[in-house]
Amino acid sequence: MKRFFPLLALVLALAWLATSWLPPKVAQDEPDLVTFGKIPVLVGGRVKPLDTVARNSLLIIHGKETLRLANADQITAIHWLADLLFKAETADEYPVFVIQNAEVLGLFGWEQSDRKYFSFAELSPFLKQIDEQGEQSDKLESVQRSAYQSAVLNLRNALILCQRLKNSLRPQDAHDFSKELETYAAALPPAAHAAGQREKGENFDKAQLDSAAAFIERYENIANMAYILAVPSPQGSQWHSIGETLVEAVRTVDIHPVVKAYAQIGDAYHVGDQRAFNQQAAQLRDWFSKEQPNATKRTSFEFLFNHVDPFTHSMVLYVLAFLLACGSWLGWTRPLNRAAFYLLLLALAVHTFGLVSRMYLQERPPVTNLYSSAIFIGWGAVIVALILERIFRDGIGAACAGAIGFITLIIAHHLAGSGDTLEMLQAVLDTNIWLATHVVAITTGYSAMFLAGMLAMIYIIRGVFTRSLKKETADSLSRMTYGVVCFATLFSFVGTVLGGIWADQSWGRFWGWDPKENGAVLIVLWCAIILHARWGGFIKQRGLMIMAIFGNVVTSFSWFGVNMLGVGLHSYGFMQKAFPWLVGFIVSQLALMVLAAMPLERWRSFRMAPGAVRRKDQSSNLKFVPPGLA
Amino acid sequence: MLRKLVNLITSLKLTMACLAAAMALIFAGTIAQVHLGIWEAQQRYFQSLFVWWPPEGHGFRIPIFPGGHLIGGILLINLIAAHAKRFHWAWRKLGIHLTHAGLIIMLAGGLFTDLFAVESHMRLGSGETRNYSEDPRRMELAVIDTTDAELDQVTAIPEAVLRQSRTIEHQSLPFRIVVRNFYQNSRLRMVNENGSNIKPIANQGPGAQVVVDSAPRATGVNERDVVTAAIEIIPTGAADSAADRSLGTWLVSDALGAPQTFSWADHTWQLVMRPARYYKPYSVTLQKFTHERYIGTEIPKNFASQITLIDPEQAVNRNVLIYMNHPLRYRGETYYQAGFEKDDKTSILQVVRNPSFVAPYIACIVVAAGLLVQFGYHLVGFSRRRRTVLA
Repeated sequence: MKRFFPLLALVLALAWLATSWLPPKVAQDEPDLVTFGKIPVLVGGRVKPLDTVARNSLLIIHGKETLRLANADQITAIHWLADLLFKAETADEYPVFVIQNAEVLGLFGWEQSDRKYFSFAELSPFLKQIDEQGEQSDKLESVQRSAYQSAVLNLRNALILCQRLKNSLRPQDAHDFSKELETYAAALPPAAHAAGQREKGENFDKAQLDSAAAFIERYENIANMAYILAVPSPQGSQWHSIGETLVEAVRTVDIHPVVKAYAQIGDAYHVGDQRAFNQQAAQLRDWFSKEQPNATKRTSFEFLFNHVDPFTHSMVLYVLAFLLACGSWLGWTRPLNRAAFYLLLLALAVHTFGLVSRMYLQERPPVTNLYSSAIFIGWGAVIVALILERIFRDGIGAACAGAIGFITLIIAHHLAGSGDTLEMLQAVLDTNIWLATHVVAITTGYSAMFLAGMLAMIYIIRGVFTRSLKKETADSLSRMTYGVVCFATLFSFVGTVLGGIWADQSWGRFWGWDPKENGAVLIVLWCAIILHARWGGFIKQRGLMIMAIFGNVVTSFSWFGVNMLGVGLHSYGFMQKAFPWLVGFIVSQLALMVLAAMPLERWRSFRMAPGAVRRKDQSSNLKFVPPGLA
Repeated sequence: MLRKLVNLITSLKLTMACLAAAMALIFAGTIAQVHLGIWEAQQRYFQSLFVWWPPEGHGFRIPIFPGGHLIGGILLINLIAAHAKRFHWAWRKLGIHLTHAGLIIMLAGGLFTDLFAVESHMRLGSGETRNYSEDPRRMELAVIDTTDAELDQVTAIPEAVLRQSRTIEHQSLPFRIVVRNFYQNSRLRMVNENGSNIKPIANQGPGAQVVVDSAPRATGVNERDVVTAAIEIIPTGAADSAADRSLGTWLVSDALGAPQTFSWADHTWQLVMRPARYYKPYSVTLQKFTHERYIGTEIPKNFASQITLIDPEQAVNRNVLIYMNHPLRYRGETYYQAGFEKDDKTSILQVVRNPSFVAPYIACIVVAAGLLVQFGYHLVGFSRRRRTVLA
């Protein structure tokens, strides 16, 4: 058993991954939403599959990527989107809109209850009110808004998004849209003829012109509302909405094949004709793979990426590995330790797949926004921690890898709430060289700081609460922490200075005292203080641990805190929701520091032999004191 | 005594104290940006010897914390002194020496930049040509002799001079300028607005209809001071008190747009309070400004200014494209795409003259090499020892 347990754990984990990664099957009598979900469209400046549009929109509106209906059935995001696009009256009954703020509910005369999801049909009597209230709070800076104002603005934005989606591929009140288009197409040539006559001053048939004008007005309306740009230009560099393309048809006197295809897909879905829907969706997919081979390849891959959901899976594996590694300190050490290591390798592989996939999809270096920084910080820390585990083989590196991997991915998960995490980059950031060097170096520095802090936490928690912190373990923890702080110093410094050089290239000043720059330099300064304090003999083992934990505080301030100030070039919006978490984290770290400052006699690990501890503490790692200035 | 002092300024404790103080200062200065804006917080916290409380404009103020220049200066002295005292060459110390040498270059360069770098703006409408840039943070009183139709003779009096001296004389001016009143920040209102009986100070030009109220200094992110002065023009040779020889008192203000004109000694003069100008020996013409967005979004993709650079001295006449992350470097100055005005027609270029801009580049390489050598040395030593332990 001892020998087979690690392998067994690995095989079970692989089996679990395999089952959830099987390609989605479509039942015979159901619409083929897999094929439909892979069709490329342009939203937010990026070509993406409809599946991504569905997931992101549902995330913005509903806060989740799946929707639970009133009858407790769960439907997927693409199912919801298809309903919204083609069967609006059904989708209007879905409880998608989140309202938790009591004042917003009070606006409609509703009392706060267990229910927090409401349907469009329920909200429709209050649309005007919501719009007015939301517009007022939209005028305020995000920092100035009260909870009510933010909530009502969010609701308004969600409703607007929902309405725009409904009118993206067809007017929301269209029933037999294919037929409507036929009528429109038939009306165009006579209208064009009449218009030509009018221009020349000849007699013309006004009725012909009017019938076309009514259509055009209708399509201009949906062109103005469209959220999805569905029709690519022949070169693929420009995309247009269905509405725009229909208005444009006046000139070409021809209806674009994509528009026709969407009309047929929509009609089939609307009346519940599964076979026609599947057939038309497949045809449209084929059209795209012929006309837009690159876009289609990418969107098919993105669909797969969405389905595989690598980060959630690696999150689960990280937790398991963390628990196994912690368990290994209590007993049955080798098998648990091994199993943890195997699971971590698997988790890292899945994590890496996710990271690389995102780079492929975005054609960018790994870190482009706060979300991807969380993914990357976790990834970097896990790798360094696994290297430590290979060197020391005592489960500490493994526990750190599991914990940091899990926590950073959880953070990333919560940062994804604002929609597309593969968003386009602001002009200034549009440079792969600096993103690949400055940003990667800085975030690697963050990774190392958090890893050092994590090691210190293990030292303190094991030392204070358990008897498992033997001298040997304590020494190796101290060495690891020191090494990781050195690593952090190097990367934070280089990253910070590279940022300065980027700023010099872009804005003409090396240093602008922007909050994010200040945050970075705080990390560098703190690293310098730790290293000099150690070299100068001001701190020993425990002092190093306490300082490394404060490194967590500094790094979290630099990573998140400065963004909350809402000033400067790096501010990505005020993150009200994250603020209590940040404060909570900082308080917990300060509490740990106080705990660590307790006399060593009160540490459980050291209580038995205080004398021995003192000796060790005084002579800690003399051989590792580097040749400093002294 | 001297030995004690030397010990102090070369001590590692002082280094640590400086680093800790720097952290506290940067933290406080960052938080202060929320209310003061980046520029003002930078002035008070980082580009000063002390942080004062209360800031300014009160009867008293006391230094409550060392400012950026003081901490940086002490750190620099500490670094240099410590190395001068204890330096001895050894290969195993190469990393440490490199790191600290790089840091000295960086700190010195930073201090130098703070003292000597000049930032200004060039605002260009489509087709416009300019041979100067402006500093919107500092004003100047321009006295322009426009008699010659071909050539304007400009005498510019900086804001700081107006603030400090009562009487300004200059060889290029056949008159004295007496500063009757100076307002660092002000509000202007028409005299008949609310029927108050306050008399305008000025008796010439549009200023004669205007009452000036002093205002507290602007601290907001997008606000700036409205600098105003009341000046009396007295021909050279006349006594201050000889009211009959005075040409009158004018109000010059950032808030009064157009220049005001008067005549004296067969010359026509203009007075205008305007952002301080830096004239160049060359001119820049904006051909076209482009602002690209990602399809279907408002997210900016690129800003670019197509300009023509004409420099008769160097026989330069060429087109240049300035865009994101691609500035123009010319004759010691660097032009960056900094912004644009709402209609996407006007481009704002940031113009920076920073004689020490190479310092951080050198410092970065030196420090990074130092850290690599230092930590690499440890890592090799550590793994060698570890291998012996395991064996």
